[in-house]
Amino acid sequence: MRIAGYGFRRHSVYRAAALAGAFTNTVFGILRAYVLIALWQARPGLAGYDVADAVTFCFLSQACIGPMQVFGGLGLSGRVRTGDVAIDLVRPASLQMWSLADDLGRAAYLFLLRSLPPVALGAALFGIVLPDAPATWLFFTVSFVLAVIVSFGWRYLVALSACWVIDDRGVQALSLVLTLFFSGMTLPLHLFPGWLGVLADALPWSAMVQVPADVYLGKRDAWEALGFQAAWAAALLLLGALATRAARRKVVIQGG
Amino acid sequence: MIELDGVGRSFTVGRRRTRKTVHAVQDLSFTVRAGEFVGYLGPNGAGKSTTIKMITGILAPTSGRLRVAGLDPTRRRTSLARRIGVVFGQRTTLWWDLPLRDSFELVRHLYKVDQIDFRRRLSELTELLDLADFLATPVRQLSLGQRMRGDLTAALLHDPAVLVLDEPTIGLDVVSKAAMRDFLRRLNAERGTTVLLTTHDLGDIEKLCRRVMLIDHGSLAFDGTLDDLRATAPEEDSIEDVVARLYTGWSPALPAEG
Amino acid sequence: MVRTYLLLAWTWLRAAAQYRAQLAMMTLGSFAVNVLDVAAILVIFRHTESLAGFGLAEVMFLYGTAELAFATSDMLFGNVTRLSEQIRTGGFDTMLIRPASAFVQMAVDRFGVQRLGRVTQAVVVLAIALPQLDVPWSRAWMIPLMILCGIVIFTSIFTLGGALQFLLTDAPEVANAFTYGGSALTQYPLSVYGAELVRGVTFVVPLAFVNWQPALFVLDRDAPRGPPHWYSPPAPGAAPAAPPFAALAWRAGVRRYRSTGS
Repeated sequence: MRIAGYGFRRHSVYRAAALAGAFTNTVFGILRAYVLIALWQARPGLAGYDVADAVTFCFLSQACIGPMQVFGGLGLSGRVRTGDVAIDLVRPASLQMWSLADDLGRAAYLFLLRSLPPVALGAALFGIVLPDAPATWLFFTVSFVLAVIVSFGWRYLVALSACWVIDDRGVQALSLVLTLFFSGMTLPLHLFPGWLGVLADALPWSAMVQVPADVYLGKRDAWEALGFQAAWAAALLLLGALATRAARRKVVIQGG
Repeated sequence: MIELDGVGRSFTVGRRRTRKTVHAVQDLSFTVRAGEFVGYLGPNGAGKSTTIKMITGILAPTSGRLRVAGLDPTRRRTSLARRIGVVFGQRTTLWWDLPLRDSFELVRHLYKVDQIDFRRRLSELTELLDLADFLATPVRQLSLGQRMRGDLTAALLHDPAVLVLDEPTIGLDVVSKAAMRDFLRRLNAERGTTVLLTTHDLGDIEKLCRRVMLIDHGSLAFDGTLDDLRATAPEEDSIEDVVARLYTGWSPALPAEG
Repeated sequence: MVRTYLLLAWTWLRAAAQYRAQLAMMTLGSFAVNVLDVAAILVIFRHTESLAGFGLAEVMFLYGTAELAFATSDMLFGNVTRLSEQIRTGGFDTMLIRPASAFVQMAVDRFGVQRLGRVTQAVVVLAIALPQLDVPWSRAWMIPLMILCGIVIFTSIFTLGGALQFLLTDAPEVANAFTYGGSALTQYPLSVYGAELVRGVTFVVPLAFVNWQPALFVLDRDAPRGPPHWYSPPAPGAAPAAPPFAALAWRAGVRRYRSTGS
C-alpha cells in the first residue's frame, strides 16, 4: 500500500507530461470517434452497439491509454537495460509485487490526469452513455483495476524478457502491435470477423481495454467478465513470478 | 583571442509570484591573448559554466561586449564554431551509439575538413592520445578516460585556434589525468593553441596554467599568475587552502564568529 | 545545408550498415506496426461498402498517399520532434557548438532507413489501390504532386512540433497530437469528420491539402461539404505557405533558447 502511494507521488511530479498525454489522447479520441460514427451510421446496431455506445467505447479506450500504458512502458525496462535490475533482484522484497504496487500508484495518478479529461471532453462534444445502475459503476471500477493488473502482468514479462534478449526493441515493438490490435484500441474487438474475433476475445489483451469497456456499457455479464480478467491476471502474474526466479538465478549465477 | 568587457548574464527564475532575477555573471571583464593557457576557477554556481556557454555561443549575454577570435558568439555562431574546439567534461560531444571512428567522420563533415588534412590530423592525434585500440568501439562502451581522449580529438580535428575545456579531468584516474595534462601542455607549447580550462582540480592549474582567473558570485575575484595567487594568502600551505580562502574568506586559523 | 545533410546521412547509413540484422528487424517492425492501420480499414470495410461516401479503394488511396507523405517526411525530418529529449540530455548544446545549422543536425541525427518500412507499406497500398480506381491521365498527374506537397506540409508540421518543444520542454507529447494526429486524420476521408474540424484543417493547419483536396480532384468527386473541387488545383499552393512559417517558428525557438538558457 505504501509503495503504491509512493508510486503515485513519484509520478505526480511529471504533471506537464501527463497533461500533454491527456491532450494527445483527447485529440486522438476525437479523430477515432468520427471514424466510428461514420461506420455506425452506415451500419446501425453493428455488433450490438449503437452510435452512442461506439463513441463511449472510443473515449473509454482512450482513457485506458495512461493507466494501462497501452503504448508500452514500465520503469523496469530501463533498469533491465542498464543492468541495475540486478540490484533489485537480490533484494529480499519481491520485485514483482513491488513493481505492481508502484504501477498501481502510477495508474491511479494517470487515471486522474490522463483518463478523465478525454472522457469529459468526449462527453461534452459527442455525448456518452452513462450507466444507470450503481452496481455497474462498482463492477466497472473493479474491472478497471483488474485491467491495470493484467496490463502490468504483460508489461512485466516484456520488461524481464530483456534479461535474455539482447535488443529489447524488437520485443517492445511486437508487444505494441499485439496490445494495440488485440486490446480493442484500434477497433472494438466485436468487429473482428470469424476466428480472429474468437481469438481476440480469448487473449489477455482484451482484458485490458475491451472487457472493462463492455462492463461499463453493460454489454457483458459482469461476473463472467471479472472472472475472465482475474484468471488472466493470475496467469500472467504467475508467469511473472517464474520469470523473476529465473532472472534472479541468471544474475546470481552468471552475473549478467 | 577572448575578450569580455562588462559582460553580464541574468536569469529570471520562478513563476508568477516568486519570480526573481538571478545574476549569474555580473560586469565580467578579462582578455585572453593568443597562445595563453588560462585556468578558470570558481565554486559551484559561481558562473563558470555560464561564462563558458557565452563564450561558445550557446547562451547570449544580457549585457556587455563579448568577442572570441574576433567574432561575436551570439551573431556569428557558426563562423566561430569553426575556430574553436570545446570539450565538456561532464558529457560527451560524441555520438553515443556509433563507433569512435564514425563520430570523427561526422565531425569531419560538419567542420568541412579537407580529406588530407583530416587523415593527417587524425593519425597525429591517434598516436598522441593512443586511440588506436578503441577507434572501432562504440562510444557508449568506452571508459571515461578513453571517452575524454575521444572528445579531445573531436575538438581538435579542425585545428582550432582556441580550445575551451569545461572540467575535462573530472573523474579521471591519475594516469589518465597525467596523460591529458601532458597532451594539453604540448598542444599549447608546440601549436600555440589558446587554451581556457575550467576545473576544480588544482593539480591541473599548478601543472598547466601560467595565469589563473577566479570567479565568485558572478564576478572576477582574482586574475593573475600562480605566484600572485599564492601571495594572496602566504600563510596557507596548500594551494587548495589559498583558493578556499578566496572563495569564501574562510580561514581555519580564526575561531568561528558569533 | 543540403550538402551537410547528405554527408551526415551517408555517414549514419554506413555506420548502421554494420548492424544489418538489427536494421532488417527494425524495418520489418515499423512495417508491421503500420499494417495495423491497414488492417483496421479492412475490418471496417468488412462491415460496410462505403464510409462517409467513399469506397474501400478510395479510402486506401487516401491512406496510401497520406502515409507515403508522412513516412517519407518522418524519415527525412522526423527526428526534429525529439528536440525535448535532446535539450534535456544537453545534446542540443553540443549541436550549437558545431558550425552547422541546428535544424539540419537535429533532422539528420540517427538517420536510418528503418522508417523505409513504413514508406514501403504505403507504396504497396497505393500499388494495390490505384489500379482499382482507374484514374485518367488528365487527373493522375496530380498524384506525385500531392505526395510532394504532403511531404512539405508534414515536414512543416514536424518543424513546428519541434519548435513547440522549446517552449514545452517538459511536455513534448503535445507535438504528437499534431504530427501523429495529422497522420491519423488524413488516413480517412475528411467527410468523416465534423464541419468545424474540417474547417480547422483547411484554413488553420493545412492538413486538408495533404491528400484530401488533391484527392477530390484525382477521383473527380465533390466534397460532401466544403469548397467544391475546382478549388483543388490551387490546393498545392497551400504547401509553399507552410515552410516559411515553420522556419520562422523554429528560428524563434532557437533564439529563445539562446537568450533564456532553458
